[in-house]
Amino acid sequence: MGGVAQGLATQLSLDPVVIRLMFVLLSAVNGVGMVAYAVLWMIAPKQPYKGAAPPPRDWSQLAAFSAIGVALLAFGWLTGASQGGIGMLPFAVGGIGALILWQQADPERRKNWMSGAALSMRKNRVRSLLGVALVVIGGAGFLAAQGELAQASQGLLFTGVVVGGLAVIAAPWLAGLWKELQLERRERIRQEERAEVAAMVHDSVLHTLTLIQRVAHDQREVTRLARAQERDLRNWLYQPAQDADATVAAAVRRIAAEEEDAHGVPIEVVCVGDIDLDSAGKLAAMLKASRQAMVNAAKYSGSPSISVYTEVEGEEVAIFVKDRGKGFDLEAVPLDRMGIRESIIGRMERHGGAARVRTEPGEGTEVMLTMKVEKA
Amino acid sequence: MTRVLIVDDHRLFRSGVRAELGDSIEVVGEAEDVDSAVKAIAEQQPDVVLLDVHMPGGGGQEVLRRVLGSGSQVRFLALSVSDAAEDVIGVIRGGARGYVTKNISGKELTDAIRRVSEGDAVFSPRLAGFVLDAFASSEAPSIDPELDSLTQREREVLRLIARGYAYKEIAKELFISVKTVETHVSSVLRKLQLSNRHELSRWATARRLV
Repeated sequence: MGGVAQGLATQLSLDPVVIRLMFVLLSAVNGVGMVAYAVLWMIAPKQPYKGAAPPPRDWSQLAAFSAIGVALLAFGWLTGASQGGIGMLPFAVGGIGALILWQQADPERRKNWMSGAALSMRKNRVRSLLGVALVVIGGAGFLAAQGELAQASQGLLFTGVVVGGLAVIAAPWLAGLWKELQLERRERIRQEERAEVAAMVHDSVLHTLTLIQRVAHDQREVTRLARAQERDLRNWLYQPAQDADATVAAAVRRIAAEEEDAHGVPIEVVCVGDIDLDSAGKLAAMLKASRQAMVNAAKYSGSPSISVYTEVEGEEVAIFVKDRGKGFDLEAVPLDRMGIRESIIGRMERHGGAARVRTEPGEGTEVMLTMKVEKA
Repeated sequence: MTRVLIVDDHRLFRSGVRAELGDSIEVVGEAEDVDSAVKAIAEQQPDVVLLDVHMPGGGGQEVLRRVLGSGSQVRFLALSVSDAAEDVIGVIRGGARGYVTKNISGKELTDAIRRVSEGDAVFSPRLAGFVLDAFASSEAPSIDPELDSLTQREREVLRLIARGYAYKEIAKELFISVKTVETHVSSVLRKLQLSNRHELSRWATARRLV
Protein backbone atom coordinates (compact mmCIF):
# COMPACT_ATOMS: atom_id res chain seq x y z
CA MET A 1 0.00 0.00 0.00
CA GLY A 2 2.21 2.80 1.26
CA GLY A 3 5.33 0.86 0.32
CA VAL A 4 5.99 0.29 3.99
CA ALA A 5 6.14 -3.47 3.69
CA GLN A 6 8.45 -3.15 0.70
CA GLY A 7 10.79 -0.80 2.56
CA LEU A 8 10.83 -2.82 5.70
CA ALA A 9 11.56 -5.94 3.71
CA THR A 10 14.58 -4.30 2.09
CA GLN A 11 15.75 -3.05 5.48
CA LEU A 12 15.52 -6.48 7.06
CA SER A 13 16.54 -8.36 3.92
CA LEU A 14 13.29 -10.29 3.91
CA ASP A 15 10.67 -11.08 1.34
CA PRO A 16 8.00 -8.34 1.37
CA VAL A 17 5.34 -11.02 1.34
CA VAL A 18 6.41 -12.15 4.80
CA ILE A 19 6.15 -8.64 6.14
CA ARG A 20 2.75 -8.13 4.59
CA LEU A 21 1.56 -11.38 6.10
CA MET A 22 2.88 -10.28 9.46
CA PHE A 23 0.97 -7.02 9.30
CA VAL A 24 -2.21 -8.79 8.27
CA LEU A 25 -1.80 -11.29 11.08
CA LEU A 26 -1.15 -8.60 13.65
CA SER A 27 -4.12 -6.58 12.46
CA ALA A 28 -6.35 -9.60 12.60
CA VAL A 29 -5.36 -10.41 16.15
CA ASN A 30 -5.73 -7.07 17.85
CA GLY A 31 -5.22 -4.19 15.53
CA VAL A 32 -1.62 -3.60 16.48
CA GLY A 33 -0.65 -4.28 12.90
CA MET A 34 -2.69 -1.36 11.62
CA VAL A 35 -1.19 1.01 14.13
CA ALA A 36 2.34 -0.17 13.43
CA TYR A 37 1.78 0.17 9.71
CA ALA A 38 0.49 3.68 10.06
CA VAL A 39 3.34 4.75 12.33
CA LEU A 40 5.97 3.21 10.12
CA TRP A 41 4.41 4.84 7.09
CA MET A 42 4.81 8.21 8.79
CA ILE A 43 8.34 7.86 10.08
CA ALA A 44 10.02 5.74 7.45
CA PRO A 45 12.30 7.68 5.09
CA LYS A 46 10.68 8.15 1.71
CA GLN A 47 13.87 7.87 -0.27
CA PRO A 48 14.85 4.37 -1.09
CA TYR A 49 18.20 3.35 0.36
CA LYS A 50 20.74 4.11 -2.32
CA GLY A 51 24.01 3.22 -0.66
CA ALA A 52 25.98 0.05 -1.07
CA ALA A 53 24.18 -3.24 -1.43
CA PRO A 54 22.31 -4.17 1.75
CA PRO A 55 24.43 -6.20 4.13
CA PRO A 56 23.74 -9.92 4.53
CA ARG A 57 20.74 -10.82 6.57
CA ASP A 58 21.39 -10.68 10.27
CA TRP A 59 19.78 -13.88 11.44
CA SER A 60 20.53 -13.47 15.12
CA GLN A 61 18.85 -10.11 15.11
CA LEU A 62 15.86 -11.40 13.24
CA ALA A 63 15.56 -14.40 15.53
CA ALA A 64 15.67 -12.18 18.58
CA PHE A 65 12.94 -9.97 17.28
CA SER A 66 10.80 -12.87 16.19
CA ALA A 67 11.19 -14.40 19.61
CA ILE A 68 10.17 -11.22 21.32
CA GLY A 69 7.25 -10.78 18.98
CA VAL A 70 6.05 -14.34 19.50
CA ALA A 71 6.47 -14.07 23.24
CA LEU A 72 4.49 -10.84 23.38
CA LEU A 73 1.81 -12.28 21.20
CA ALA A 74 1.55 -15.41 23.29
CA PHE A 75 1.51 -13.32 26.41
CA GLY A 76 -1.30 -11.19 25.07
CA TRP A 77 -3.20 -14.25 23.94
CA LEU A 78 -2.85 -16.07 27.22
CA THR A 79 -3.66 -13.19 29.53
CA GLY A 80 -6.45 -12.05 27.34
CA ALA A 81 -5.06 -8.58 27.62
CA SER A 82 -5.37 -8.13 23.89
CA GLN A 83 -9.14 -8.26 24.26
CA GLY A 84 -8.95 -5.75 27.06
CA GLY A 85 -6.90 -3.43 24.89
CA ILE A 86 -5.77 -1.20 27.73
CA GLY A 87 -3.29 -3.69 29.18
CA MET A 88 -1.65 -4.12 25.83
CA LEU A 89 -1.18 -0.43 25.14
CA PRO A 90 2.10 0.10 27.04
CA PHE A 91 3.61 -2.87 25.27
CA ALA A 92 2.54 -1.56 21.90
CA VAL A 93 3.92 1.89 22.64
CA GLY A 94 7.17 0.48 23.97
CA GLY A 95 7.53 -1.81 21.00
CA ILE A 96 6.97 0.98 18.53
CA GLY A 97 9.43 3.15 20.40
CA ALA A 98 12.07 0.45 20.21
CA LEU A 99 11.31 -0.01 16.54
CA ILE A 100 11.80 3.68 15.88
CA LEU A 101 15.11 3.67 17.71
CA TRP A 102 16.22 0.62 15.81
CA GLN A 103 15.15 2.09 12.55
CA GLN A 104 16.90 5.43 13.15
CA ALA A 105 20.19 3.91 14.24
CA ASP A 106 22.76 3.49 11.53
CA PRO A 107 23.65 -0.09 10.66
CA GLU A 108 27.17 0.22 12.09
CA ARG A 109 25.99 1.27 15.51
CA ARG A 110 23.24 -1.35 15.46
CA LYS A 111 25.81 -4.01 14.85
CA ASN A 112 27.87 -2.54 17.70
CA TRP A 113 24.95 -2.76 20.07
CA MET A 114 24.19 -6.28 19.05
CA SER A 115 27.72 -7.58 19.19
CA GLY A 116 28.30 -5.76 22.49
CA ALA A 117 25.20 -7.24 24.00
CA ALA A 118 25.96 -10.68 22.64
CA LEU A 119 29.50 -10.51 23.94
CA SER A 120 28.47 -9.46 27.40
CA MET A 121 25.78 -12.12 27.35
CA ARG A 122 28.39 -14.71 26.70
CA LYS A 123 30.71 -13.21 29.28
CA ASN A 124 28.11 -13.06 32.00
CA ARG A 125 26.32 -16.32 31.56
CA VAL A 126 25.45 -16.50 35.23
CA ARG A 127 23.99 -13.05 35.24
CA SER A 128 21.98 -13.75 32.10
CA LEU A 129 20.65 -16.99 33.53
CA LEU A 130 19.67 -15.22 36.70
CA GLY A 131 17.93 -12.51 34.72
CA VAL A 132 16.05 -15.00 32.57
CA ALA A 133 15.04 -16.96 35.64
CA LEU A 134 13.70 -13.83 37.28
CA VAL A 135 11.76 -12.94 34.17
CA VAL A 136 10.28 -16.43 34.01
CA ILE A 137 9.33 -16.39 37.67
CA GLY A 138 7.87 -12.95 37.31
CA GLY A 139 5.96 -13.93 34.21
CA ALA A 140 4.64 -17.11 35.81
CA GLY A 141 3.67 -15.26 38.93
CA PHE A 142 1.97 -12.60 36.89
CA LEU A 143 -0.01 -15.21 35.01
CA ALA A 144 -0.97 -16.93 38.23
CA ALA A 145 -2.00 -13.65 39.75
CA GLN A 146 -4.13 -12.87 36.73
CA GLY A 147 -6.36 -15.72 37.80
CA GLU A 148 -7.13 -13.90 40.99
CA LEU A 149 -7.60 -10.43 39.70
CA ALA A 150 -8.50 -9.09 43.08
CA GLN A 151 -4.99 -9.47 44.37
CA ALA A 152 -3.62 -6.57 42.42
CA SER A 153 -0.80 -5.98 44.89
CA GLN A 154 0.60 -9.41 44.21
CA GLY A 155 0.46 -8.69 40.50
CA LEU A 156 2.47 -5.55 41.11
CA LEU A 157 5.03 -7.52 43.05
CA PHE A 158 5.56 -9.92 40.19
CA THR A 159 5.69 -7.08 37.72
CA GLY A 160 8.49 -5.76 39.89
CA VAL A 161 10.26 -9.07 39.61
CA VAL A 162 9.94 -8.98 35.81
CA VAL A 163 11.34 -5.49 35.67
CA GLY A 164 14.20 -6.56 37.95
CA GLY A 165 15.01 -9.48 35.71
CA LEU A 166 15.02 -7.30 32.62
CA ALA A 167 17.27 -4.85 34.42
CA VAL A 168 19.75 -7.57 35.28
CA ILE A 169 19.86 -8.66 31.66
CA ALA A 170 20.16 -5.17 30.29
CA ALA A 171 22.70 -3.88 32.83
CA PRO A 172 25.88 -4.93 31.01
CA TRP A 173 24.54 -3.57 27.80
CA LEU A 174 23.68 -0.24 29.37
CA ALA A 175 27.06 -0.16 31.06
CA GLY A 176 28.69 -0.79 27.70
CA LEU A 177 26.77 2.08 26.18
CA TRP A 178 27.77 4.36 29.04
CA LYS A 179 31.41 3.41 28.66
CA GLU A 180 31.30 4.09 24.97
CA LEU A 181 29.84 7.48 25.68
CA GLN A 182 32.65 8.30 28.10
CA LEU A 183 35.27 7.15 25.64
CA GLU A 184 33.80 9.34 22.97
CA ARG A 185 33.81 12.30 25.32
CA ARG A 186 37.42 11.79 26.31
CA GLU A 187 38.44 11.52 22.69
CA ARG A 188 36.69 14.78 21.97
CA ILE A 189 38.48 16.57 24.81
CA ARG A 190 41.80 15.23 23.61
CA GLN A 191 41.11 16.49 20.13
CA GLU A 192 40.24 19.91 21.45
CA GLU A 193 43.52 20.05 23.35
CA ARG A 194 45.44 19.01 20.29
CA ALA A 195 43.74 21.73 18.31
CA GLU A 196 44.73 24.27 20.95
CA VAL A 197 48.38 23.22 20.81
CA ALA A 198 48.33 23.34 17.04
CA ALA A 199 46.82 26.81 17.12
CA MET A 200 49.48 27.99 19.58
CA VAL A 201 52.33 26.61 17.50
CA HIS A 202 50.90 27.92 14.31
CA ASP A 203 49.70 31.36 15.32
CA SER A 204 52.61 32.32 17.42
CA VAL A 205 55.69 30.11 17.11
CA LEU A 206 55.72 29.73 13.33
CA HIS A 207 54.79 33.34 12.95
CA THR A 208 57.71 34.45 15.10
CA LEU A 209 60.16 32.20 13.28
CA THR A 210 59.09 33.73 9.99
CA LEU A 211 59.52 37.22 11.39
CA ILE A 212 62.97 36.35 12.73
CA GLN A 213 64.10 35.16 9.32
CA ARG A 214 62.90 38.38 7.81
CA VAL A 215 64.76 40.63 10.26
CA ALA A 216 67.81 38.38 10.62
CA HIS A 217 70.17 41.34 10.03
CA ASP A 218 68.85 43.23 13.05
CA GLN A 219 70.24 41.49 16.12
CA ARG A 220 68.29 43.56 18.60
CA GLU A 221 65.01 42.88 16.88
CA VAL A 222 65.75 39.16 16.65
CA THR A 223 66.45 39.03 20.38
CA ARG A 224 63.30 40.94 21.12
CA LEU A 225 61.16 38.64 18.99
CA ALA A 226 62.70 35.53 20.49
CA ARG A 227 62.18 36.84 24.03
CA ALA A 228 58.58 37.76 23.37
CA GLN A 229 57.88 34.34 21.93
CA GLU A 230 59.64 32.60 24.78
CA ARG A 231 57.58 34.54 27.28
CA ASP A 232 54.38 33.68 25.47
CA LEU A 233 55.18 30.01 25.45
CA ARG A 234 56.23 30.02 29.08
CA ASN A 235 53.07 31.75 30.18
CA TRP A 236 51.07 29.29 28.24
CA LEU A 237 52.91 26.29 29.66
CA TYR A 238 53.56 27.24 33.27
CA GLN A 239 51.52 30.19 34.39
CA PRO A 240 48.06 29.78 35.77
CA ALA A 241 45.48 31.44 33.59
CA GLN A 242 44.96 34.75 35.33
CA ASP A 243 43.12 37.89 34.71
CA ALA A 244 46.03 40.26 34.19
CA ASP A 245 44.17 43.10 35.83
CA ALA A 246 42.98 41.29 38.91
CA THR A 247 46.07 40.64 41.01
CA VAL A 248 49.41 42.30 41.70
CA ALA A 249 51.57 39.41 40.49
CA ALA A 250 49.69 39.09 37.21
CA ALA A 251 49.80 42.84 36.65
CA VAL A 252 53.55 43.06 37.34
CA ARG A 253 54.18 40.22 34.89
CA ARG A 254 52.13 41.97 32.25
CA ILE A 255 53.86 45.32 32.76
CA ALA A 256 57.29 43.66 32.63
CA ALA A 257 56.31 41.90 29.41
CA GLU A 258 55.15 45.15 27.84
CA GLU A 259 58.29 47.05 28.78
CA GLU A 260 60.49 44.18 27.68
CA ASP A 261 58.80 44.33 24.30
CA ALA A 262 59.10 48.07 24.08
CA HIS A 263 62.79 48.31 25.01
CA GLY A 264 64.27 44.95 24.08
CA VAL A 265 65.86 44.37 27.49
CA PRO A 266 65.04 41.09 29.24
CA ILE A 267 63.10 41.60 32.47
CA GLU A 268 63.08 38.65 34.86
CA VAL A 269 60.09 38.59 37.16
CA VAL A 270 59.86 36.60 40.39
CA CYS A 271 56.69 36.75 42.46
CA VAL A 272 56.09 35.47 45.97
CA GLY A 273 52.53 35.56 47.24
CA ASP A 274 49.75 37.50 45.58
CA ILE A 275 46.89 39.84 46.39
CA ASP A 276 43.89 41.25 44.57
CA LEU A 277 44.13 44.84 43.43
CA ASP A 278 42.42 47.21 45.87
CA SER A 279 39.53 49.41 44.94
CA ALA A 280 41.17 52.53 46.37
CA GLY A 281 43.79 52.45 43.63
CA LYS A 282 46.80 52.26 45.94
CA LEU A 283 48.20 49.21 44.21
CA ALA A 284 47.37 50.60 40.81
CA ALA A 285 49.52 53.63 41.65
CA MET A 286 52.26 51.32 42.88
CA LEU A 287 52.13 49.40 39.60
CA LYS A 288 52.49 52.66 37.67
CA ALA A 289 55.53 53.54 39.73
CA SER A 290 57.04 50.12 39.12
CA ARG A 291 56.49 50.55 35.40
CA GLN A 292 58.34 53.85 35.51
CA ALA A 293 61.20 52.16 37.34
CA MET A 294 61.38 49.45 34.70
CA VAL A 295 61.31 52.01 31.90
CA ASN A 296 64.16 53.97 33.50
CA ALA A 297 66.26 50.84 33.96
CA ALA A 298 65.64 49.67 30.42
CA LYS A 299 66.26 53.04 28.82
CA TYR A 300 69.14 54.56 30.73
CA SER A 301 71.03 51.96 32.75
CA GLY A 302 72.58 50.03 29.88
CA SER A 303 72.08 46.87 31.95
CA PRO A 304 71.80 43.65 29.94
CA SER A 305 68.90 42.49 32.10
CA ILE A 306 66.55 43.73 34.80
CA SER A 307 65.30 41.85 37.85
CA VAL A 308 61.84 42.48 39.24
CA TYR A 309 60.80 40.92 42.52
CA THR A 310 57.29 41.20 43.91
CA GLU A 311 56.44 40.06 47.39
CA VAL A 312 53.12 40.06 49.17
CA GLU A 313 53.30 39.29 52.85
CA GLY A 314 50.03 39.75 54.65
CA GLU A 315 49.08 43.37 54.02
CA GLU A 316 52.53 44.43 52.89
CA VAL A 317 53.24 44.63 49.20
CA ALA A 318 56.79 45.22 47.99
CA ILE A 319 58.15 45.56 44.47
CA PHE A 320 61.88 45.71 43.74
CA VAL A 321 63.28 46.73 40.38
CA LYS A 322 66.99 46.16 40.05
CA ASP A 323 69.46 46.60 37.23
CA ARG A 324 73.19 46.10 36.94
CA GLY A 325 73.74 49.13 34.79
CA LYS A 326 75.84 52.21 35.20
CA GLY A 327 73.88 53.73 38.06
CA PHE A 328 73.89 57.45 38.74
CA ASP A 329 74.38 60.04 41.43
CA LEU A 330 71.00 60.66 42.98
CA GLU A 331 71.98 64.11 44.24
CA ALA A 332 73.06 65.20 40.81
CA VAL A 333 69.74 64.50 39.11
CA PRO A 334 68.36 67.85 37.95
CA LEU A 335 65.18 68.94 39.68
CA ASP A 336 63.20 69.04 36.48
CA ARG A 337 63.73 65.35 35.75
CA MET A 338 60.32 64.01 36.57
CA GLY A 339 61.01 60.29 36.18
CA ILE A 340 62.16 59.34 39.63
CA ARG A 341 61.06 62.23 41.76
CA GLU A 342 57.49 62.54 40.54
CA SER A 343 56.51 59.32 38.82
CA ILE A 344 58.04 57.06 41.41
CA ILE A 345 58.68 58.69 44.81
CA GLY A 346 55.97 61.33 44.64
CA ARG A 347 53.35 58.94 43.38
CA MET A 348 54.06 56.35 46.08
CA GLU A 349 53.95 58.94 48.86
CA ARG A 350 50.70 60.43 47.63
CA HIS A 351 49.08 57.02 47.97
CA GLY A 352 50.49 56.28 51.41
CA GLY A 353 53.39 54.13 50.30
CA ALA A 354 57.12 54.63 50.18
CA ALA A 355 59.83 54.46 47.56
CA ARG A 356 63.56 54.23 48.00
CA VAL A 357 66.18 54.44 45.33
CA ARG A 358 69.58 52.98 45.91
CA THR A 359 72.20 53.77 43.33
CA GLU A 360 75.79 54.69 42.89
CA PRO A 361 77.69 55.32 39.71
CA GLY A 362 78.91 51.95 38.45
CA GLU A 363 76.92 49.97 40.99
CA GLY A 364 73.59 49.63 39.24
CA THR A 365 70.26 50.86 40.56
CA GLU A 366 67.55 49.37 42.69
CA VAL A 367 64.14 50.94 43.19
CA MET A 368 62.23 49.65 46.21
CA LEU A 369 58.52 50.26 46.49
CA THR A 370 56.43 49.37 49.52
CA MET A 371 52.74 49.78 50.19
CA LYS A 372 50.40 48.69 52.92
CA VAL A 373 46.88 47.70 51.96
CA GLU A 374 43.96 46.31 53.89
CA LYS A 375 43.09 42.87 52.76
CA ALA A 376 39.64 42.70 51.30
CA MET B 1 90.46 22.56 37.18
CA THR B 2 86.87 21.47 37.58
CA ARG B 3 85.87 18.39 35.60
CA VAL B 4 82.36 18.69 34.19
CA LEU B 5 80.03 16.32 32.37
CA ILE B 6 77.18 17.79 30.32
CA VAL B 7 73.94 15.82 30.19
CA ASP B 8 71.39 17.22 27.74
CA ASP B 9 69.42 15.75 24.88
CA HIS B 10 70.00 18.77 22.63
CA ARG B 11 73.34 18.54 20.86
CA LEU B 12 73.25 22.20 19.91
CA PHE B 13 72.84 23.17 23.51
CA ARG B 14 75.69 20.92 24.68
CA SER B 15 78.12 22.47 22.24
CA GLY B 16 76.85 25.93 23.20
CA VAL B 17 77.58 25.32 26.87
CA ARG B 18 80.97 23.83 26.03
CA ALA B 19 81.90 26.98 24.13
CA GLU B 20 80.70 29.32 26.89
CA LEU B 21 82.45 27.75 29.85
CA GLY B 22 85.61 29.46 30.95
CA ASP B 23 89.16 28.12 31.02
CA SER B 24 88.90 26.94 34.59
CA ILE B 25 86.54 24.19 33.54
CA GLU B 26 87.30 21.02 31.65
CA VAL B 27 84.41 19.25 29.93
CA VAL B 28 85.19 15.55 30.27
CA GLY B 29 82.19 14.19 28.46
CA GLU B 30 78.64 14.54 27.22
CA ALA B 31 75.56 12.38 27.45
CA GLU B 32 72.21 12.65 25.75
CA ASP B 33 69.88 10.40 27.71
CA VAL B 34 69.45 8.74 31.09
CA ASP B 35 71.31 5.52 30.31
CA SER B 36 74.32 7.11 28.65
CA ALA B 37 74.45 9.68 31.47
CA VAL B 38 74.57 7.05 34.20
CA LYS B 39 77.26 5.18 32.30
CA ALA B 40 79.38 8.27 31.58
CA ILE B 41 79.18 9.45 35.19
CA ALA B 42 80.38 6.05 36.42
CA GLU B 43 83.27 6.08 33.95
CA GLN B 44 84.41 9.69 34.23
CA GLN B 45 83.65 10.45 37.88
CA PRO B 46 83.29 14.19 37.11
CA ASP B 47 83.28 16.85 39.82
CA VAL B 48 80.03 18.35 38.61
CA VAL B 49 77.30 17.08 36.31
CA LEU B 50 75.29 19.69 34.40
CA LEU B 51 71.92 18.01 34.28
CA ASP B 52 68.98 18.75 32.00
CA VAL B 53 65.59 18.27 33.63
CA HIS B 54 63.65 17.01 30.61
CA MET B 55 65.22 14.08 28.81
CA PRO B 56 64.10 10.88 27.17
CA GLY B 57 64.03 7.94 29.55
CA GLY B 58 62.79 9.56 32.76
CA GLY B 59 64.56 12.92 32.77
CA GLY B 60 67.06 14.37 35.20
CA GLN B 61 65.27 13.01 38.23
CA GLU B 62 65.85 9.46 37.01
CA VAL B 63 69.59 10.13 36.59
CA LEU B 64 69.71 11.53 40.12
CA ARG B 65 67.86 8.56 41.51
CA ARG B 66 70.13 6.03 39.84
CA VAL B 67 73.47 7.75 40.45
CA LEU B 68 72.87 9.03 43.98
CA GLY B 69 70.97 5.88 44.86
CA SER B 70 74.11 3.86 44.20
CA GLY B 71 75.99 5.92 46.77
CA SER B 72 77.92 8.16 44.39
CA GLN B 73 79.20 11.48 45.71
CA VAL B 74 78.99 13.26 42.34
CA ARG B 75 77.46 16.73 42.55
CA PHE B 76 74.69 17.83 40.24
CA LEU B 77 73.69 21.25 38.97
CA ALA B 78 70.32 21.26 37.24
CA LEU B 79 70.13 23.35 34.09
CA SER B 80 66.77 23.71 32.46
CA VAL B 81 64.49 25.84 30.33
CA SER B 82 61.56 24.87 32.49
CA ASP B 83 60.07 27.34 34.93
CA ALA B 84 57.58 24.88 36.33
CA ALA B 85 57.72 24.72 40.11
CA GLU B 86 57.16 21.00 39.92
CA ASP B 87 60.36 20.50 37.89
CA VAL B 88 62.44 22.87 39.96
CA ILE B 89 61.42 21.46 43.34
CA GLY B 90 61.54 17.96 41.86
CA VAL B 91 65.23 17.96 40.90
CA ILE B 92 66.25 19.71 44.09
CA ARG B 93 64.39 17.15 46.16
CA GLY B 94 66.00 14.54 43.94
CA GLY B 95 69.42 15.65 45.14
CA ALA B 96 70.67 18.36 42.77
CA ARG B 97 72.71 21.02 44.55
CA GLY B 98 71.44 23.87 42.48
CA TYR B 99 69.12 24.98 39.77
CA VAL B 100 69.79 27.54 37.08
CA THR B 101 67.90 28.32 33.91
CA LYS B 102 69.45 27.91 30.50
CA ASN B 103 69.54 31.61 29.69
CA ILE B 104 72.24 32.10 32.35
CA SER B 105 75.38 33.78 31.05
CA GLY B 106 78.61 31.84 30.58
CA LYS B 107 80.32 33.68 33.40
CA GLU B 108 77.49 33.07 35.83
CA LEU B 109 77.40 29.42 34.86
CA THR B 110 81.13 29.08 35.45
CA ASP B 111 80.62 30.64 38.87
CA ALA B 112 77.73 28.31 39.65
CA ILE B 113 79.76 25.24 38.65
CA ARG B 114 82.64 26.29 40.87
CA ARG B 115 80.29 26.81 43.78
CA VAL B 116 78.62 23.43 43.37
CA SER B 117 82.00 21.72 43.02
CA GLU B 118 83.00 23.22 46.36
CA GLY B 119 79.91 21.76 47.96
CA ASP B 120 77.80 24.89 48.07
CA ALA B 121 74.33 25.39 46.70
CA VAL B 122 73.26 27.55 43.78
CA PHE B 123 69.84 29.17 43.68
CA SER B 124 68.47 31.11 40.74
CA PRO B 125 66.19 34.04 41.61
CA ARG B 126 63.23 31.95 40.50
CA LEU B 127 64.16 29.00 42.69
CA ALA B 128 64.58 31.37 45.64
CA GLY B 129 61.09 32.73 44.92
CA PHE B 130 59.65 29.24 44.81
CA VAL B 131 61.25 28.31 48.11
CA LEU B 132 59.98 31.45 49.84
CA ASP B 133 56.53 30.82 48.47
CA ALA B 134 56.53 27.16 49.42
CA PHE B 135 57.73 27.71 52.97
CA ALA B 136 55.41 30.65 53.49
CA SER B 137 52.29 29.02 52.14
CA SER B 138 52.10 26.23 54.68
CA GLU B 139 49.59 26.67 57.44
CA ALA B 140 49.65 23.08 58.60
CA PRO B 141 51.68 22.45 61.74
CA SER B 142 55.17 21.31 60.92
CA ILE B 143 56.47 17.94 61.98
CA ASP B 144 60.07 18.96 62.46
CA PRO B 145 60.34 22.69 63.31
CA GLU B 146 64.02 22.79 62.54
CA LEU B 147 63.63 21.41 59.02
CA ASP B 148 60.22 22.79 58.21
CA SER B 149 60.83 26.49 58.53
CA LEU B 150 63.42 29.02 57.45
CA THR B 151 65.31 31.22 59.86
CA GLN B 152 65.01 34.97 59.58
CA ARG B 153 68.51 35.18 58.09
CA GLU B 154 67.84 32.49 55.54
CA ARG B 155 64.72 34.29 54.44
CA GLU B 156 66.67 37.52 54.05
CA VAL B 157 69.29 35.82 51.94
CA LEU B 158 66.67 34.17 49.74
CA ARG B 159 64.81 37.44 49.27
CA LEU B 160 67.98 39.13 48.09
CA ILE B 161 68.66 36.29 45.66
CA ALA B 162 65.11 36.64 44.36
CA ARG B 163 65.71 40.38 43.94
CA GLY B 164 68.63 39.60 41.64
CA TYR B 165 71.55 40.11 44.04
CA ALA B 166 74.79 38.23 43.54
CA TYR B 167 76.32 36.50 46.58
CA LYS B 168 78.90 39.25 46.91
CA GLU B 169 76.20 41.92 46.94
CA ILE B 170 74.20 39.97 49.50
CA ALA B 171 77.23 39.73 51.76
CA LYS B 172 77.72 43.48 51.54
CA GLU B 173 74.05 44.21 52.13
CA LEU B 174 73.80 42.00 55.23
CA PHE B 175 77.28 42.78 56.56
CA ILE B 176 78.32 39.13 56.45
CA SER B 177 80.98 37.25 54.49
CA VAL B 178 80.33 35.55 51.18
CA LYS B 179 81.13 32.28 52.93
CA THR B 180 78.30 32.91 55.41
CA VAL B 181 75.92 33.60 52.55
CA GLU B 182 76.92 30.27 51.05
CA THR B 183 76.36 28.55 54.37
CA HIS B 184 72.84 29.96 54.59
CA VAL B 185 71.98 28.88 51.06
CA SER B 186 73.35 25.38 51.68
CA SER B 187 71.28 25.16 54.82
CA VAL B 188 68.14 26.12 52.88
CA LEU B 189 69.01 23.47 50.31
CA ARG B 190 69.33 20.87 53.05
CA LYS B 191 65.93 21.80 54.44
CA LEU B 192 64.46 21.69 50.99
CA GLN B 193 65.80 18.21 50.42
CA LEU B 194 65.21 16.72 53.84
CA SER B 195 62.00 18.31 55.02
CA ASN B 196 59.46 15.56 54.72
CA ARG B 197 56.68 18.04 54.78
CA HIS B 198 54.66 16.84 51.90
CA GLU B 199 53.10 20.23 51.29
CA LEU B 200 56.30 21.06 49.49
CA SER B 201 55.62 18.61 46.72
CA ARG B 202 51.93 19.28 46.86
CA TRP B 203 52.51 22.98 46.64
CA ALA B 204 54.67 22.49 43.55
CA THR B 205 52.06 20.30 41.92
CA ALA B 206 49.28 22.68 42.76
CA ARG B 207 51.13 25.55 41.15
CA ARG B 208 51.36 23.57 37.99
CA LEU B 209 47.71 22.69 37.96
CA VAL B 210 46.03 25.97 38.84
